[in-house]
Amino acid sequence: MLKKFFRKKLDGEQKPQSPVPTGLWIKCENCKALHFRGELESNLMVCPRCGYHFPVPAKDRLYMLFDKGTFEELDIDLEPQDILEFVDRKPYSQRLKEAQEKTGLKDAVINAKGKLDGKDVLISCFDFRFMGGSMGSVVGEKITRNIERAAEERIPFICISASGGARMQEGIISLMQMAKTSAALALLEERGVPYISVLTHPTMGGVSASFAFLGDVIIAEPKALIGFAGPRVIEQTIRQKLPKGFQRSEFLLEHGLIDMVVERKDLKNTLSQLVELLS
Amino acid sequence: MQTLFEFEKKVDKLRKKIEELKSMGKFDPVVVEEIEKKFQKKIKEFYGNLSPWDRVQIARHPDRPHTIDYINNVFTDFIELHGDRHYGDGKAIIAGFAKFSGIPVCVIGQEKGRDTKEKIARNFGMPLPEDYRKALRVMKLAEKFRKPIITLVDTPGAFPGIEAEEHGQSEAIARNLLEMAKLKVPVVSVVIGEGGSGGALAISVANKLLMLENAIYSVISPEGCAAILWQSQDKVKEATEALKLTSRDLLKLGIIDGIIPEPLEGAHRDYETTFKNFKEHVLRALDELLGLTPEELVKQRYEKFRKIGV
Repeated sequence: MLKKFFRKKLDGEQKPQSPVPTGLWIKCENCKALHFRGELESNLMVCPRCGYHFPVPAKDRLYMLFDKGTFEELDIDLEPQDILEFVDRKPYSQRLKEAQEKTGLKDAVINAKGKLDGKDVLISCFDFRFMGGSMGSVVGEKITRNIERAAEERIPFICISASGGARMQEGIISLMQMAKTSAALALLEERGVPYISVLTHPTMGGVSASFAFLGDVIIAEPKALIGFAGPRVIEQTIRQKLPKGFQRSEFLLEHGLIDMVVERKDLKNTLSQLVELLS
Repeated sequence: MQTLFEFEKKVDKLRKKIEELKSMGKFDPVVVEEIEKKFQKKIKEFYGNLSPWDRVQIARHPDRPHTIDYINNVFTDFIELHGDRHYGDGKAIIAGFAKFSGIPVCVIGQEKGRDTKEKIARNFGMPLPEDYRKALRVMKLAEKFRKPIITLVDTPGAFPGIEAEEHGQSEAIARNLLEMAKLKVPVVSVVIGEGGSGGALAISVANKLLMLENAIYSVISPEGCAAILWQSQDKVKEATEALKLTSRDLLKLGIIDGIIPEPLEGAHRDYETTFKNFKEHVLRALDELLGLTPEELVKQRYEKFRKIGV
């Protein structure tokens, strides 16, 4: 009962907040072509010229995947806390406030339940704009709750990652979220509920090295940077230039680390088919 | 403020001088004793006021007891097992079976290596996916044969390199987190030196997590944190303080279950006492767990991690 009370119904018809940079024209980061915002949006934020996949805010992503008007956001009551009272060049509490104002989100992940081609699914979706999609205690808790919910209700779980890794400002507590989320996945395994992990640009560090790489099926968007250590850290450690395409989706596919690279326009269909086949 | 290493050098010099004075027998014993008392007081003062950054230095001290030292001195009948059965044999993680206080156990630990040659061979204690997969394979053996698992954590972090990424470093770490959560035998992990991020966590999803007094455990190295958040290596001390990575901080935060005390001047100054304390604390932790059923062990471990955070 109480759970129901905390769930906020979202209006499927409501237009999502505008993605990435504001303004009428958007420049492709890859081929530098200028695109009219509307044109880019109707192409799912993929450059029509070169196929570059722009980062997508979490809510827009949910609208792209769920059937119109079918999803509700879950666990919206969770607020991040500055447990360590962490201050670097700015207090963490201030960083949180700024990120919240910028994105309209409370933290870097949204949990939602809805229908994907008529089938019930639970989705956790990262928003990279919120402190680089970093995982602190709220992100870890939300992912864990969605996994536990999926196990309990026997509904397939989909996680869409976009994260720089663990959130340093929550220190060891963010590190422990890796263990917490991964341990929860044992529940899904036990009940035979499918978990599909979608890796988008970028998926690194503590997110990569926990639930993101534990999907029954792992999908990546084209050319996404995916890995444990960042390319700069690797270069500094081994003092070598990295090979071209290193840690990109296609490189991971070639090395047997993921199941497939799927373009954004095909993502919903692929997920739908997998859910159908595995459930 | 002087650094730990400067202080250690000074202490050694003074200690030698005092010994000399004593052996010469020319001075009034009362005076010598007075000098020695003052000297001891100074040492106590220094080690009683260690900053988190000092502890980082002790945790990384080149003479600190390593996994190999624990295996050789605290365990008996050790047999090392090799290979992940997929690709290779990581050298940064040692895994095998041994007796601990007469009980057959599985022991797994990260080893940094002592001299230059060994450090290189051990990849400075930075595991590759092969290391993690070997560790998991041996932990699964322990589960099969119902032996408790003791893991020793001492790594700057999982290796950031081309082959590590090619072989699936992320997957290897992630898999260990999931599989360790399911283990039906007791798992006790001890951070003996450096607990470097995911690379440390991947062998420490334990029922009981202990830390040596001067060990550290952190989401990122102080250097890495300073570089990213402060964009300056000069801020490494600030980063160290902010990260709350000492054993006392982590006990307060409810992340670890206990602290294994070290000799006053650190584990590296007195191995025997360190091993004695280690044995006593790990045995106590094991004792508490040996009474639990496999299901209770899994549940206890799950709940321990489940409650961390909000």
